[in-house]
Amino acid sequence: MELILIPLLFAFVQFFLKGRTATWAALVSTLVTLGITIGYITQYSMDGSMITLIDEAWIPWVGVRFTLAYDGISLMMVLLTNLALPFILLASWDRNYGQSPLYLGLVLIMQSALLGVFLAQDGILFYVFWELALIPIYFISAIWGGENKNRITLKFFIYTFFGSIFMLVGMILWMAYGNANNGFSWMSLVAAQLPKDIALYALLGFSLAFAIKMPLFPFHTWQPDTYTTAPAGGTMLLSGIMLKMGLFGFIKWALPLVPQVEADILHWLMLLAVIGIVYGSIIAIKQNDMKRLIAFSSMAHVGLIAAGIFTNSIEGIQGALIQMLNHGITVIGLFFVIDIIDRRMETRELTLLSGIAKKAPVFAVLTLIIVMGSVAVPLTNGFVGEFVLLKSIFDQNQVFGIVAGLTIIFCAVYLLRMFQFSLLGPESNHQDKFTPLTWAEGIGLGAICFFILWIGVNPDPFFGLTEKSVERTLTLFHSFNTIKP
Amino acid sequence: MKNWLFLIPILPLIGFIINGLLGKRLPKSGVGFLGTSVVVGSFLLSYITFNEVCTTGLEINQTVYTWMQIGSLKFDISFLADQLSTQMMLIITGIGALIHLYSIGYMHEDEGFYKFFAYLNLFIFSMLLLVMGGNYLLLFFGWEGVGLCSFLLIGFWYQNLEYGKAARKAFIMNRIGDLGLMLGLFLLLQHAGSLDYKMVFSSLNTLSTEKASLIGLLLFVGATGKSAQLPLYTWLPDAMAGPTPVSALIHAATMVTAGIYLIVRSSALYSMIPDVLNIIGYVGLATALFSGLIAIRQNDIKKVLAYSTVSQLGFMFVALGVGAYSTAMFHLTTHAFFKALMFLGSGSVIHAMGGEQDIRKMGGLAKKLKITHVTFLIGTLAIIGFPLTSGFFSKDEILAKVYEHSPVMWGLLLLASAITAIYMLRMFFLTFYGNFRGTHEQEHHLHESPITMTLPLMILAVLSLVGGFLNVPEFITTGGDHLHHWLSLIVYIPSEHALTSETEWLLMGIASGIALIILTASYITYVKRKSLAVSDDSLKGIQKWMNHKFYVDELYHYLIQKPIEAASTLGYNIIDRGIIDGLVNMTGKGVEKSGNLLRRIQNGNVEFYLLYMVIGIILLLVFKFVL
Repeated sequence: MELILIPLLFAFVQFFLKGRTATWAALVSTLVTLGITIGYITQYSMDGSMITLIDEAWIPWVGVRFTLAYDGISLMMVLLTNLALPFILLASWDRNYGQSPLYLGLVLIMQSALLGVFLAQDGILFYVFWELALIPIYFISAIWGGENKNRITLKFFIYTFFGSIFMLVGMILWMAYGNANNGFSWMSLVAAQLPKDIALYALLGFSLAFAIKMPLFPFHTWQPDTYTTAPAGGTMLLSGIMLKMGLFGFIKWALPLVPQVEADILHWLMLLAVIGIVYGSIIAIKQNDMKRLIAFSSMAHVGLIAAGIFTNSIEGIQGALIQMLNHGITVIGLFFVIDIIDRRMETRELTLLSGIAKKAPVFAVLTLIIVMGSVAVPLTNGFVGEFVLLKSIFDQNQVFGIVAGLTIIFCAVYLLRMFQFSLLGPESNHQDKFTPLTWAEGIGLGAICFFILWIGVNPDPFFGLTEKSVERTLTLFHSFNTIKP
Repeated sequence: MKNWLFLIPILPLIGFIINGLLGKRLPKSGVGFLGTSVVVGSFLLSYITFNEVCTTGLEINQTVYTWMQIGSLKFDISFLADQLSTQMMLIITGIGALIHLYSIGYMHEDEGFYKFFAYLNLFIFSMLLLVMGGNYLLLFFGWEGVGLCSFLLIGFWYQNLEYGKAARKAFIMNRIGDLGLMLGLFLLLQHAGSLDYKMVFSSLNTLSTEKASLIGLLLFVGATGKSAQLPLYTWLPDAMAGPTPVSALIHAATMVTAGIYLIVRSSALYSMIPDVLNIIGYVGLATALFSGLIAIRQNDIKKVLAYSTVSQLGFMFVALGVGAYSTAMFHLTTHAFFKALMFLGSGSVIHAMGGEQDIRKMGGLAKKLKITHVTFLIGTLAIIGFPLTSGFFSKDEILAKVYEHSPVMWGLLLLASAITAIYMLRMFFLTFYGNFRGTHEQEHHLHESPITMTLPLMILAVLSLVGGFLNVPEFITTGGDHLHHWLSLIVYIPSEHALTSETEWLLMGIASGIALIILTASYITYVKRKSLAVSDDSLKGIQKWMNHKFYVDELYHYLIQKPIEAASTLGYNIIDRGIIDGLVNMTGKGVEKSGNLLRRIQNGNVEFYLLYMVIGIILLLVFKFVL
């Protein structure tokens, strides 16, 4: 419970602070929540059990309860959120908005809502947090965004909101037809038996909401624009954490419906995911704006994670969970790097940049490590997830596995191009603009590189965190499937 | 030894970390000494390991930790030292140490000196992972790791974008092969439930031939990428953009032989699938001939050596194709000696010529660069198969094994061998004999390289001369084929000798005869008559095609790169922005017109909304849980 309240409390405190004090207060808040998260993880028995934080009646007349609980899967997502937050604050440390109490307050509210999404055990509570998370990021992008911010953020808002409505409808259908007596509690919904057509409608509703959020091809067009126009901190929140709401949501709220539906929805979703991998990769190859390039690259990477989830297998979901953490760390690192360049050189265009490495060799090395993490070279974090995900997809469908595997080639094509064009090459005239890294940037990038290598060298504890929970959850879904009349 | 096997790869890793982090503040001598001595340390440890494997005949295993466990799949970081891996370890750390020593002199003026040694150490670490790993996963770690180091070192002079392009090309082409290898590993995992060599090989008897063939082909795709075979070879000549010691170490002696190692390591699998072996043999043969032809019309000293490497790797794949695994390993070893020697020699030449790499502008260097000349001569004699040199024995063995298999293939391989002699001797004579054809300034500066550079040349020259005695054929000396016996303990050996010793003598005679005839003819052409390479423009027909590398780069450019780039641009502008987003916007407009509700969110005071939101949530919570 304190995980959700501390950020809110500090968000409230922000209204009375100014300048650096506000930034420090926000950073302290995120470090406290990270500390609490690590405490939870070390105390967790790793047996897949669900630990309830709070369970109270909330809106009794429709059977909505305020239930927060975690198992290994939720803990992984909480870890991702609370690990990412300090980096996001460090990344905006030297930007003007990084000192704005309004911005910091919004980020903290966002954190609280995201944690709610990952901990909620009640369908309506999940939906409330889901929508709540949309509001702060909307304001962050709309206030501090770049070109065309109003049009783009509005479109983003409407598009994702539009998807969410279908989720709400699905949730209500699920409850009304399968679980009218027990309300929206996740455990009882999972056990509920639905008529086949209702199950299909509900699953389609969830799928649409999650597909837009991830985003899955062809529901992605809000994403490149929003990533590009949002301030770096907002882009990091979106790409690092928020899109994982869709992936996590699918595991927890959509997969239980799958056994009740006759149509092979997962097969078609996997097709979309695999198309997205190749599509995003190919488009990323010729992008000139680094932010937009990474937006499309992120689409490819998320497509791979989604495809792993759609295998509905232990390996696929385990791989997806660790890759969500990895992608979060790496993509925040990449946007961090881009923002560092953007702030100094006042451009993100690859054709206008050159030779920064000469002036900033340490920065170049840190960038290289992050890029290699994204390219998924062994002994970096990216490889761990990619290997398991590709294997799980290949095991289920060899054609999809081979096509998805193209990502290891394409990713090298566009990321090495970005790396070489921006940092390497002859020195440019504007190079003196590249001032040395500040302490916030140095610590931030250094710590990101540390995690990239740590998870790459020793991923086993991270798998251990989710292993039993994934087994338990899938067995649960499966066991209710077998009692189907 | 069992408990400190891991030290062999860890030592260079330590070197990498120290030089990478602190190298900038250390003096150059310190950086060079540290970088070289960690590799020497690995070499000594490898030698101790080799001795132990030699005396006991048993392999040594060490499991360090469990990297990942997922469901029933378990992946360990484990090391294995057996006959095959110790042989590779000695080559990697031995030649690696010599090249580190050489680099102290060669890279002395470079401001990235410490970075260079850090990368080289990282390469040795990755390469040792590749050959020492006790499972295919660790092999894959090393496999990709050497690819990364290759990328970093080809693009070492990063301010030159052309070099960067070459580095990128190498990495991407390797990754195409890596995808094949990875898919092959997935199939192995499906079948054996493990990537551990022992588990995989012991499960092979239940593997169907179709699946085994598929796996064999996929692993070979990986090998064509790493070992620069058709059709994935074009990155290797471009990789010459890197500093010359890199070309010697990575792109001649060690990394590019990883594909050979992979197939020898998997010999138990390949022995089940003769059809796939045939394909490997044909690809190797085609590569040997094709790249040999290109090499004849190249004028850049390093490019000639690069195509020669591609061609010699083709020879090794031909040996694999006829199931002669130990023969391939023999040629791998001798080739590592003489090709590393010649690359380092070319580095010495380029050093003396002030960066000039065109052999048409050299000539007569024998007088000024005495050690380089003599050692280079030994390397050249070895590669053309001059009797009793190392290349003579290893190439002869390949030819004999191929003859057993198919006389037609033997004939074609003999042709490839003759082509080798033609381009190598052309390069050698044009470089070291005749009159000097460079500028006055260059002539004035001609000098022999320092001892750190010439010492490795001399050691490698001795090895290139006597390396052949590792494996003297049975028909000459009974029991002379040490390497064959050494590897026979772990590598699958096909049926023994079909050839009579008369036939073997005859084959050897023919090959040596051809080498000697070409040697004489080249000497007359280039030294006596002082014929020079004609200018590229006047070349016609096949020669022009050879000079332009058969336009394969252009072919790939227009067939693969251009279409993908066009797909990227068009896909973005038309499909993404136009069609998909257009549809989204149309839907949005429709909704907006009918409702016009959501638009209002945009209006209003932001702070107000926020405060309202926070207070609202807190009130809701307080209301519920406190009251």
